[in-house]
Amino acid sequence: MTTNDYMNSVHKSGRIWNLTMVAVLFSFPVICCFVFGASPDWKGLVMGLVATAPMYWAVGLIETFTYIPMLGAGGSYLSFVTGNISNLKLPVALNALEQAEVPANSEEGEVVSTIAIAVSSIVTTLIIVIGVILIVPLMPLLESPVLEPAFAMILPALFGGLGVVFISKNWKIAIAPVILMLILFITIPALNAGTVGIMVPVGVLFTLLVTRILYKKTSFLNQ
Amino acid sequence: MEFSINHPILFVLAGVIIAAVLGQSVYFLVKALRRAKEIGMDMGKVKKIMRTAAIFTIMPAVAIVISVMTLSKSLGLPLPWLRLSVVGNLSYETIAASNALNAMGFTFGSSDGIGAREYVTIAFVMTISIMVGIWLVPLVCKKVLSGMNRIENRDKRWGDLLQASLFIGMISAFLGYVFCDVSSVFKGETYGLIPVLVMMVSAVVMALAGLLMKKTKIRAISDYALPVSLILGMASAIPLTAWLG
Repeated sequence: MTTNDYMNSVHKSGRIWNLTMVAVLFSFPVICCFVFGASPDWKGLVMGLVATAPMYWAVGLIETFTYIPMLGAGGSYLSFVTGNISNLKLPVALNALEQAEVPANSEEGEVVSTIAIAVSSIVTTLIIVIGVILIVPLMPLLESPVLEPAFAMILPALFGGLGVVFISKNWKIAIAPVILMLILFITIPALNAGTVGIMVPVGVLFTLLVTRILYKKTSFLNQ
Repeated sequence: MEFSINHPILFVLAGVIIAAVLGQSVYFLVKALRRAKEIGMDMGKVKKIMRTAAIFTIMPAVAIVISVMTLSKSLGLPLPWLRLSVVGNLSYETIAASNALNAMGFTFGSSDGIGAREYVTIAFVMTISIMVGIWLVPLVCKKVLSGMNRIENRDKRWGDLLQASLFIGMISAFLGYVFCDVSSVFKGETYGLIPVLVMMVSAVVMALAGLLMKKTKIRAISDYALPVSLILGMASAIPLTAWLG
């Protein structure tokens, strides 16, 4: 099987899986309606959607185009169903690519990131199942005030380690976006944990722009 | 049938759907493993990658379990279990549920009075509002990746820089976020320094692991460097919060 054949088969099965998942996820509320003999509160549904959907649809649209080139084909089909992309799936894939020492834009990179994301999705699902089964004994432990600060600091702990690896390897293209993001996040109070997802595409576009200028107009990025 | 937010049928439904999601992950894992073998990748290395990915996932997954617990107080266990096993997160699900409940004259935070009608309305709002990626990826994934390939074929160096820029752009946004509360220092508060120091602990651990690996040539260090830096960074948050929080 050639690389093209493999990629085509990933896209074909990915399309089937994801479109099936759309129906599968919708089945929860639909079956609930039949089982409990209840219909949605239509006014509440429309008002709830008007208040929620536009922002998340816009973010989802931008995230799709931002993350696909980073996740690869198999990783994208999986990650957009299983979620937790920026805080889990993408870091897992990046770390796997580093570990395997293969470029993200190669077939090996595609295979490695798919494997890492699939393993991460499976482990996440299983841990949540265990958590649900053991919720009664686990709740006092996991929600204890002692452990609370540790779980509140997952993102800084994650991106500290990841940042060292990627910034040290690409420091020339990292200087400008890191400075910009520090200035924006320190000076604009509205930028916080809730809005960091929106800033990812901003960071990506800015980095692309600066890198393009440096590449075309200077010799700074010459190998 | 009388409704309850923890009705056994809801557990069965959520369980079946989550099994389907698990099925997709297993399918792609098997497919990628077969391909790895076919193209002659070092399967020992692939196994190490799988082990590292699994270990690395544990702490973020436990954090998701905590989110399930938090939401379960208002929505019962099955719906948060399902929603947080698929695309979604604590803040999104809370916002979606609150908006749906407010529109129906209820307040989020109390399960009292939520009947089947309100429950299915919340579930529909949660499902529809975050569905974009799931259906959009099948429509655009191939085109986006083909475009990337064309760029790389035209100019290999620019292709590599473009890929690196994508990763750096994402990482820089999260590094910026780590500093979002730093200005609190000017008001005499120190809590904004906690994430910065946690990030530094994690970064130092990672850098030390890199140096150690270079010195000792032990490859296993790099396999576990990121999970260890994550765990030590998180652990450092406990004394740091007691000190600065």
